[in-house]
Amino acid sequence: MSGIPHDHYEPKTGAEKWLNSRLPIVGLIYDVIMIPTPKNLNWWWIWGIVLAFCLALQIVTGIVLVMHYTPQVDLAFASVEHIMRDVNGGFMLRYLHANGASLFFVAVYIHIFRGLFYGSYKAPREITWIIGMLIYLLMMGTAFMGYVLPWGQMSFWGATVITGLFGAIPFVGEAIQTWLLGGPAVDNATLNRFFSLHYLLPFVIAALVIVHIWAFHTTGNNNPTGVEVRRGSKAEAQKDTLPFWPYFVIKDFVGLAIVLVVFWSIVGFMPNYLGHPDNYIEANPLSTPAHIVPEWYFLPFYAILRAFTSDVWIVQIASFLTGGIVDAKFFGVIAMFGAILAMALVPWLDTSTVRSGKYRPMFKWWFLLLVIDFFALMWLGGMPAEEPYASISLVAAAYWFAYFLVILPILGVIEKPSPIPATIEEDFNAHYGKKTSEADMSAADTAPAE
Amino acid sequence: MLKKFATAAALALVLGPAAGHAAGAGGHMEDIAFSFEGPFGKYDQNQLQRGLQIYTEVCSACHGMKFVPIRSLGDAGGPALPEDQVRAYAEQNFEVFDPELDDFRPAKPTDNFPANTSAGAPDLSLMAKARAGFHGPLGTGLSQLVNGIGGPEYIVSILNGYTGETKEEAGTLFYENHAFSTGWIAMAPPLSGEDVEFADGHSNSLHHEAQDVAAFLMWAAEPKMMARKQAGLVGVIFLVILATLLYLTNKRIWAPIKGKKYQA
Repeated sequence: MSGIPHDHYEPKTGAEKWLNSRLPIVGLIYDVIMIPTPKNLNWWWIWGIVLAFCLALQIVTGIVLVMHYTPQVDLAFASVEHIMRDVNGGFMLRYLHANGASLFFVAVYIHIFRGLFYGSYKAPREITWIIGMLIYLLMMGTAFMGYVLPWGQMSFWGATVITGLFGAIPFVGEAIQTWLLGGPAVDNATLNRFFSLHYLLPFVIAALVIVHIWAFHTTGNNNPTGVEVRRGSKAEAQKDTLPFWPYFVIKDFVGLAIVLVVFWSIVGFMPNYLGHPDNYIEANPLSTPAHIVPEWYFLPFYAILRAFTSDVWIVQIASFLTGGIVDAKFFGVIAMFGAILAMALVPWLDTSTVRSGKYRPMFKWWFLLLVIDFFALMWLGGMPAEEPYASISLVAAAYWFAYFLVILPILGVIEKPSPIPATIEEDFNAHYGKKTSEADMSAADTAPAE
Repeated sequence: MLKKFATAAALALVLGPAAGHAAGAGGHMEDIAFSFEGPFGKYDQNQLQRGLQIYTEVCSACHGMKFVPIRSLGDAGGPALPEDQVRAYAEQNFEVFDPELDDFRPAKPTDNFPANTSAGAPDLSLMAKARAGFHGPLGTGLSQLVNGIGGPEYIVSILNGYTGETKEEAGTLFYENHAFSTGWIAMAPPLSGEDVEFADGHSNSLHHEAQDVAAFLMWAAEPKMMARKQAGLVGVIFLVILATLLYLTNKRIWAPIKGKKYQA
């Protein structure tokens, strides 16, 4: 791996040299574990480890659950109850897996918003960002298909609604929907393929995680200042960085342990809080629930999907211009995927040369509004599709697009950034009231306080 | 300020989103202080046994509990009937169809409770988890953090919610019930008070009966609750210790970097 200059593994004994000349795996592990990491990383940087933990947790609990689960429409619901009642520790396995999905999404949303605030998506980390967005998409697909497996009412009707989105695509939609479901409606064929893919996709995610880490180990981590690590020499780089082990491994583990205290409390004391009661009713194709609500982590984008109804002028214009091909339903689908696409393209939409939001006085407030907007959309996604929620949803959805497509491009031009520290070392030392090495003494005095 | 807000937002993200809003529920739910609520809550064994009696003598006339094995009546953390009583209970109360005999025979502990016997009477195995009693404020479901999801409360409210009014629609008789989502329910009032006689002389007023059967159905839906809460408590204690040790380790290794003196 290229990147920040640092010490590499040197095989010393004969056995080490023998192995290294055949398979340099020790050196690879050494380089990954000892990667120079900006020493000013704050606590928002712990979520990567939490995410890695979640992936491992989901795969391990999932593989054991599969040993007791039956993917067949007449038996699936009963097999989940078998896990809950008869399998040793089965209730813990299932609650860990179900709530593990929620922890996964809590972590990924904080991780994404951390990246959005500190400009982690900006050059040269666009590939890291894009891979991350692909992982996020795969996570949503995996979570959605996993939710279908218990074959409860929300499983069945959620699957019906979401696959129905593909049916909204003009001309080919119905054929695509039938192909996805393996028949005209959600049935045994659907359950079987979702089960198969739910088992496959986590391993695709694991592979992409390796690529994600490879990419940012090549560019080096971003950090709260957005200032790059000095790479002129190893000595210079060492002033800005510390090896990942032990400094950040232990720090990340502190964060992970605290997160797990909260997670374990939810699993132990209120494991059904984040779930939906209707999913404890076995799927019944003849009885539609009063409200079909997706899991909480889909709600923001579900709200965007529903915001564009046929009485919104932009939908009417789109419908008129395309001769009715783009109707309200298809427009909603485009808006939902567009909302994620806009976020994925942010490296090229943000025109500011300053990376970190810390030094962008106007950006800070627009970003804060985006966070509020995200929570508002999450709330609206769970409300019935009626006034006043419909109008608020439209405003909230519009802001999501405005942030990425209008505000970020303009801000970069009109905003005057505040002073940025010259080096990571300077920022770190200013924070801990420590004197910077002699050469940087004068610069340290002007470093902005946090 | 931004930082504080961000922290609050992160916390809200962890605790905020609940999907309690939609499940079929109607009127006002009264919060009942069940013995099994909260991190240290336990099932009241006597209450579960009274609830079982009500289920057997009243509910099971129409409803089933097909996911609940009869043997689990003997499990610790449940009604905990002695083994011979479980066997006698199965034999005396239920008959099941045995495909090997091609005939009905008295139930054994290894059988599940029979399925429903009356069309339209929903299975009660998971009823206490399949309904939410609390949804607010503003549909966020945040009140569930304090009150619980409210399945047993919903059951109590339904059993207490009849007004006595009836109406006929398309040949079906409906009973007015303030707790039901549409206000009119097809189930005739199953309990009116003094429906069963308890051996221990416990009150059999409508309100007490409703609470006892709701507690029993909560156990039927979540038989491993006490084991789960214990695992939760042990896990939390371990993780708090682990977090503390890691915090101290972290402080120790970063101290020289941050230019602080480490005091052992």
